[in-house]
Amino acid sequence: MTEQNVVKEKDLKDSFLAKAIKTIGLPTLIIAAFFLLVILTAAFLKQSLPILFSDILRRFGMNGLLVLAMVPAIKSGTGPNFALPLGIICGLLAWTIGIEMGFIGLKLVLLVSLMAIVFAIILGYLYGKLLNAVKGAEMTIATYTGFSTVALMALVWLMAPFKSKQMGWMMGEGLRETIKLDGVEAAQIFNNFLSFKVFGINIPTGLLLVFFAFCFLVWLFFRTKIGIAITAGGSNPEFAAASGIDIDKNRIIANILSTILGALGIILYSQSYGFFQLYSGPLMMAFPAVAGVLIGGATASKANISHVIIGTFLFQGLLTASMPVANQLFEGTDLSEIMRVILQNGIILYALTQVKGGGKE
Amino acid sequence: MKKNKKKLGNQVFSLADNIVPIIFIAFTLLGFVLTKNVPFNFFISELSSRFYRNAFIVLSLIIPVIAGLGLNFGIVIGAMSAQLAIIIVRYLSIEYLHLSGTMELIFCFLLTLPIAAFIGLLTGKLYNKTRGQEMIASLIVGFFANGVYQFILLFATGVIIPVRSSHPMIKPDGVGVRMTVDMGELHYSLANILKIPFMWVVLIISLSLLVLTIILFLKDKKFGKKNNQITFYIKTIIFAALSIFSIFSIITKSKINLVKDVPIATALFIALLCVFTELIMKTKLGQDFRSVGQDQHIAESNGINVDKTRIIAVVMSTVLAAWGQLIYLQDMGTLNVYGAHTQIGMFSVAALLVGGASVRKATVSQALIGTLLFNSMFIMSPEIGKAAFGNALLGEYFRTFMVYGIIGMALGIYVWNANRKARITLDPIDMQTQDN
Repeated sequence: MTEQNVVKEKDLKDSFLAKAIKTIGLPTLIIAAFFLLVILTAAFLKQSLPILFSDILRRFGMNGLLVLAMVPAIKSGTGPNFALPLGIICGLLAWTIGIEMGFIGLKLVLLVSLMAIVFAIILGYLYGKLLNAVKGAEMTIATYTGFSTVALMALVWLMAPFKSKQMGWMMGEGLRETIKLDGVEAAQIFNNFLSFKVFGINIPTGLLLVFFAFCFLVWLFFRTKIGIAITAGGSNPEFAAASGIDIDKNRIIANILSTILGALGIILYSQSYGFFQLYSGPLMMAFPAVAGVLIGGATASKANISHVIIGTFLFQGLLTASMPVANQLFEGTDLSEIMRVILQNGIILYALTQVKGGGKE
Repeated sequence: MKKNKKKLGNQVFSLADNIVPIIFIAFTLLGFVLTKNVPFNFFISELSSRFYRNAFIVLSLIIPVIAGLGLNFGIVIGAMSAQLAIIIVRYLSIEYLHLSGTMELIFCFLLTLPIAAFIGLLTGKLYNKTRGQEMIASLIVGFFANGVYQFILLFATGVIIPVRSSHPMIKPDGVGVRMTVDMGELHYSLANILKIPFMWVVLIISLSLLVLTIILFLKDKKFGKKNNQITFYIKTIIFAALSIFSIFSIITKSKINLVKDVPIATALFIALLCVFTELIMKTKLGQDFRSVGQDQHIAESNGINVDKTRIIAVVMSTVLAAWGQLIYLQDMGTLNVYGAHTQIGMFSVAALLVGGASVRKATVSQALIGTLLFNSMFIMSPEIGKAAFGNALLGEYFRTFMVYGIIGMALGIYVWNANRKARITLDPIDMQTQDN
């Protein structure tokens, strides 16, 4: 009798675990467990939890839009947007032009966002066209599109005839590598909007509001007719083509949207940091964003808003929390940075092994 | 008449195919026109020493290309294995063994083999699981391995692996290997074995090529084979001119004699790898590489173990790249532990592509020419930036752009062409399934 019970219980447990793995996904579970472990260690080491949670929330909000940019691209079937630097470049270009024109504060941020959207529509359209020409190898080409655009823009930063003292070197030509935003009253402009404290935790209300608003907008977009058509074209192209959907056009629209989100994403990101970085700054920024959405449970062909929110929270939370913990446990080592590299690229590799296709199948 | 037309068409086509090499030659020439202060002997010195350093690694990319794996950015893992081997050998040598430079080099080569082969095996298995996405996988696996490499050297060394904290290679606090490690006697251990003045080497090579060309021409003529007289005359004139020029400059002791001596051992290693790569393609294994590269279905149905063949290709490439990195590093006085490998994948791939190779086609001569052209661009870029815009930094950014741009463009053009061909031969339904 008891033995039977035990067996039943074990069955139940197994099936529960199996179910959890199936619905949430193994990588997500592992990272979540790891995250919890690090938080517990931090508490055990008597580190200030309110400060830790404030940092986690801030990092979560500032990275959110960049991760959200992955969703339209994945849904349309072009895979994670490894060319995210393209969108980031649009945002950075808008920043520099806005500052050069002499605007400050909220006016500056709104103008910059507007300009960034215009740039992103143009670049995103061209990028979408490119992706349609290289079907089957989108991820590799996207990566190098991002890399070469960043390298090309380095020449622009160096040669552009900007005059603003906020951005130039003391002597010589070209823009500085790091440009501070407190000089133009744009640093933390969203973070500080309606921000308040609960239990000592600083809630960056404006930042989170912007992020969640865009999550909602993207969610809404994928419920419109065109959004549904994009998803259909991504998940089942034969069927979509047979029912008269213009897949190529939809892929372009999705990638324009992704580029816009990338451009706005870097604006939100840099206002929270208080500065933005030119030259090789954006070169590697696609990879943490890709890893973020994958950790949330997305694959190279399926992604949802929930994946973005869960993934960004877990990944950025883990990175933020592990830094002080690792520093206290192993002084002088850069363990959390090493962990970021391994985790981030490990999860991307895992997702690549799940991609179907290639010569033999 | 018809035949002629076709030939002309072919020539135009090959011009379009070779647009990248042509751009690079034009760029270097432009550099000479713009920058009047770059002495020719300085340029040749720089170019030749860069060539001996890099050619081996670029050659290691050929086998995976032929086996259908595309451009193996994963050779950075080979480079990391070589650096691990150097660190282990140097540590033990300083601590206990007190080896001579040559012995250290031999130990490095031996120790690199199992490390690189094992990691090559793992990456090969990974590529089999990421079929169709090998290139992006190879790029990411390089980043991933870099994390593991840093974990081993920055953290595990000292915390998990016990080391003496007062050892000159270990950080003062006893955890982790220092940023730079002195190569000690390893420096130039391969290059210094035998050195011959540059112009003598040019003389010997051009004379022997001249003789070879003439012999081949006469042989063909004897057997009544039709041969291209124009190429023969051009070759003869070039080789003869080079021989005369080198004799003349040796006698008059002109400035060109200031070019650095040729490290014969290094050059021999490169030559051996060229021969090896050519020969292996004639064996059963080489045929397997080819057929797997052309079509995995057909290869499988012909009884070839596709997965195994691909893994062998990756293992070979990784080991060769690792040895290439050894050759590269012994030319340096210090080992930049956390930075020496990071760019090697991109640069080598760009060099191969500049030589006219593509994702599915690469030859030894393309690798060698590519290495020369790519490094010419690399040397001239900052000079052009300085001369044309008064800013050397501009040239450096420009060459970074060239590296990424070349790779992106070559990949894009290849996939675009392949998709266009697929559209012509396949009906729409098949086309769609292939896209997924």
